[in-house]
This record gives sequence, C-alpha cells and structure tokens, in this order.
Amino acid sequence: MFMTKTVLKNLLTKYATRLYPFQKIEPFKDAKGELKIEMEKCILCGVCKMRCPSQCISVDKKEKFWQVDPFACVYCGICVEACPVKCLYQESLYRPPADSKTMVFHVQEAKPE
Amino acid sequence: MKQSVVVLDAANTKECTSENIISVTKKLKDGGNRLITLSSADLGDSIDILYHFDLDLDLADIRVNVPKGKKTPSIASVYPCAFLVENEIKEHFGVDFDGLPLDFAGMLYLDEEVQKTPFCKIGINRVETQKQEA
Amino acid sequence: MARTVLPFGPQHPVLPEPLHLTLTVDDEIVKEAIPKLGYVHRGLEKLAEIRDHTQMIQIVERVCGICSFLHALCYCQGIEALMKAEVPPRAKYLRVVWAELHRIHSHLLWLGLFADAFGFESLFMQFWRIRERIMDVQEATAGNRVIISTNVVGGVKKDIDKEMEKWILETLVKVEKEVNQLKTTILDDYTVKQRTVGIGVISKEKAYELGAAGPTLRASGIAQDMRQTGYAAYPELDFTPVVETDGDSYARTVCRFNEILQAIDLVRQAFAKMPEGELAFKPKGLPSGEVVSRVEQPRGEVLYYIKANGKKFLDRLRIRTPTFANIPPLLEMLPGCDLADVPILILTIDPCISCTER
Repeated sequence: MFMTKTVLKNLLTKYATRLYPFQKIEPFKDAKGELKIEMEKCILCGVCKMRCPSQCISVDKKEKFWQVDPFACVYCGICVEACPVKCLYQESLYRPPADSKTMVFHVQEAKPE
Repeated sequence: MKQSVVVLDAANTKECTSENIISVTKKLKDGGNRLITLSSADLGDSIDILYHFDLDLDLADIRVNVPKGKKTPSIASVYPCAFLVENEIKEHFGVDFDGLPLDFAGMLYLDEEVQKTPFCKIGINRVETQKQEA
Repeated sequence: MARTVLPFGPQHPVLPEPLHLTLTVDDEIVKEAIPKLGYVHRGLEKLAEIRDHTQMIQIVERVCGICSFLHALCYCQGIEALMKAEVPPRAKYLRVVWAELHRIHSHLLWLGLFADAFGFESLFMQFWRIRERIMDVQEATAGNRVIISTNVVGGVKKDIDKEMEKWILETLVKVEKEVNQLKTTILDDYTVKQRTVGIGVISKEKAYELGAAGPTLRASGIAQDMRQTGYAAYPELDFTPVVETDGDSYARTVCRFNEILQAIDLVRQAFAKMPEGELAFKPKGLPSGEVVSRVEQPRGEVLYYIKANGKKFLDRLRIRTPTFANIPPLLEMLPGCDLADVPILILTIDPCISCTER
C-alpha cells in the first residue's frame, strides 16, 4: 500500500532526465573543445608545435601549411596561449564523433600584392 | 622540518654505505620513523639510492651510492613493505638486492622482450636467468 | 582440506582498474595473496628525459584522472622551490579551492563504487548524480571536467570572479544537503554494517609499520595528514584531520564521508578569506638541484622527487603514489577473510592502479 503514493507521484510528474537530442544544454563559456585556427593571421612561426605536449601539430614555413591531428590532441589549450598573434581558439563544444581518423589541414594562400 | 617541500642539500641528507644500511634503518625504526619510499637515479657508473623516512611529518633522507654490478642488502627484514619498491628499482635500474622476500624477477611492470634496464643511460642486461640463450 | 588457487582479476566487475591477485583459498577462507601489476604501465617517468620541464606539467596531470590537479600541484611546488619562485597569495587560495573540489569528487566517486561493490546499485547512481554538480563546477571554472590544467610554475592560469563564486557556493549548499540525505543510507544501514564492520581490521602499529597512507592510516587512529605541514594556503585555514579508531572497513567509509563535509567547509573558508591580487609570477631560468615535495591527495600522501641539473630536460622524476604504499596493508588484510569479502577489501584502500604504475 505504501507504493501507491510513489507510483502515482512518478506517473504524474515531469521527466527527471533531459530528452537528448531534442533538448540540449548550453555548453559552458570557457569549456575547452575543438581546436580551430584563423589561417589568415598565422605567421607560421612554429611556437605551437614546440609547446604541444602530445606533439600533434605540424607547421611548415616553406610549404605554408598548418596541420593538427584531432585524435592525438588532448585539448589542453597550451597552443592557444602560446600563439604570439592569437590566431588559435577553442570552441565550447567537443569535436563531433567520426568513424575514421582524419587530419585537419590548412594551407595559407599567397597574399595578393 | 615540518615543511611539505624540502630542497635536499648536504645538511639534511646523510650519506651511508651499503654495509651499514641495515643497522641505520633499524635505529630509525626504533626511533619511530616510517618508511615512505626509495628513489633512485643514474649517475653514470653508479646508482644513487635515496631512502625517505618520516617521523611526525618531518622528512629524513639517507643516500647510498651503489656501483653498477654490485649487490646491496635489502631492508625488507626491517621494513617488510619495502619489497615492492625494491623490485621496481631492480627492474628499472638493474640493482641487485640481497634477500628479497618476494622476487618478481624483473616482471613487475616490464615484459620479457625488454632486454636492457630502461632507465640507465648505458643499460645493464636484465635477468640472465630469463633469457634462453643458445 | 583441499587448497585451490584462484586468479582474481585483472578484469572484474567491481574493480575500476586492472589488478591481478593470485589467491590461495582453503574452503572459502583466503590463505595467501600474491599481487601482480603491470597492466597499465605507460612509462611516464621516462618521458621526463625528453620533454622540458613546463611540458611535464601536462604529462604529470595525466598520471591519474581522479587526482590530476594534485599531481600538477605537487610537481609545480617542487619546481618553484628549485627556482626560488614566490607564489602570489590569491593563487594559493585558488589552488586550495580546486584541490578541495577534487577531494569531494573523488570521495563521492569512491562511495558510489563501494555501494556498487555489494550490489547497492541505486545508491551508486545517487552518489554519482551528486558528483555531476561538482563536475559542472570544474567545467565552468577551468574548462575541462576531469583533467583541470590550471597550474603553471608560479601560480594558476585562470581566475574565479565574484559571480562564479556565488554560483559555486550555491552549488555547494545543494551538494551538502543531498549528501546529508544519503548519510543514514550508507552509514546506518543494517546490511552495509554486516558487510563492513569488523572486516579487514588493521591495527594501529601494523598500519604505521607497513607504510599505509591517507584514510587507510587515519581510520586506524593515527592523525597524520599532509595538509598539516602547511603548503598552499592551508596555514591560514582552520583544519583538523578526520580520525577514526576502529581500523576496519566501516571506519574507512566513515572517514571518507566526513572528509567530504570537511572539504566543503574548507572551500567556504577559502572563499571568505581570498585576497585580491595577481595570478602567477613567472620565474626565469632553469631549475637545478634536488627537491622532495609532498601533498595530500584524496587517497593519501604523494611524494615527488625531482632532480634537475640546469638544462632544459629534467634528470630524474620519481613519483610515489599513495596506492603504491597501500598495497602492503592490503596483502596483510586479505589472509583470513572470506572469499566474498575480497572485492570489498580491495575497494576500501581506494585502488588507483594507473597511479601505481604510471
């Protein structure tokens, strides 16, 4: 007989959980998520490559490319702080899941004279 | 010194030889000290072993220098909990301890395929009894 | 009487991390136990020879997920002592806040796993639901839920402003209320007491001699806690260690439960006394010398031995984690107990095998 009250309460109140993916919460403002770069500002100095503890960034000054391995990156944020021109930034959401490992590759186009 | 961070220098570290280490640790145990751990570092042609003791949050250290290839007595007869960390030092640095109660024969962390002690700059061959040499 | 040799682990539903024990059983009473480690050995101490001393902060944080901030704190304190750097007062208080939040979430995790070990799954889920509030606080203040990288040599990287402080204090009020609601369920329940009182007793002398650390030591009556030595901002906070005298599994549970409430109180004291100021003071140069640094992690006392010689890479980094020190007391507790009590006894020392084997 004691269970009736609990059963009725459970049937008549709202869900205790959130119905993901129909309801998503806002991520926190400073959360460290996906790593992105604004390639126009990059000066290809290579400081981010030297400071990375898992050595997942490759930069080449002659070929003018910047590449990161998002599956080796630990999202610690050291490259974001070390960049002298502040062209690296982190989104609030983690990178979406993928079914195969790919690299993120950016090439800097030659600036018009 | 009741400090949590202690910079080691000649004033607060006592030197000791391999032969005296058991009597020194016995004296420390009678004084109420607790063994924290052993640390080791590679000095080229010898291995430096540091014994850390604690009495009421005060740190005391003893340094022993063991040349490579020589045996040193194990303090497991005084402090029985030391067998685990002595096995680790034997595996990583190749120091042979005399009188270990439970000997893992170099298999505590590393596999059989690892032939040389990983932490020494010039590695010592590990465990001659394990390898089936032709 | 026939003796059987049973392998326990490395995969077991109750163990959070792989650990192997070879148990010799005589008709359901354990007679002997031999451990075997090495399933999660990553060789992180060797990496100190090829990464410079500021990159090592990131690597040292990843030795363990549950106590990661305290590993970085111990390492940074050692390097700061070698480079003779002064940490600003506001950074010391912020370090206390994050360290105590880590302690709360680690003990809540352990209480959940402990309830799961004897089949009380709904209590396990309740404790982890409370723990989610602390993870939200960590994500909002530092950016990550588990591996908070806010330590640098010389201070901290991120600040907590007044609005965030008010929200954290409100969250802690809710956490305290919900934890107190669960107190009678875990501590006064007849079934829980039958399975923990009198099981796995370690006497005071044995615990001291075998080198136990943390709640395993304090539940046997010895009041030793590294926070009494006064690192970070602890000298200015009011604090006494939590001590129990019985030395059995129930005493260890009570000890960890009371430490949660004490940690909430310490966070409130730290926020009330926090001064304004800058966050970090970056020292120049490279470290040289030898230093021993100790800090109180949720599981006990951790020791770092750092040897540097003025070059970019460190000479030797040695970490002794509290679970490594608690394995000999575990091997002392096991002989004489029932086979069904083995998972409970392994869990009462709070095993963090990835810390043990770095």
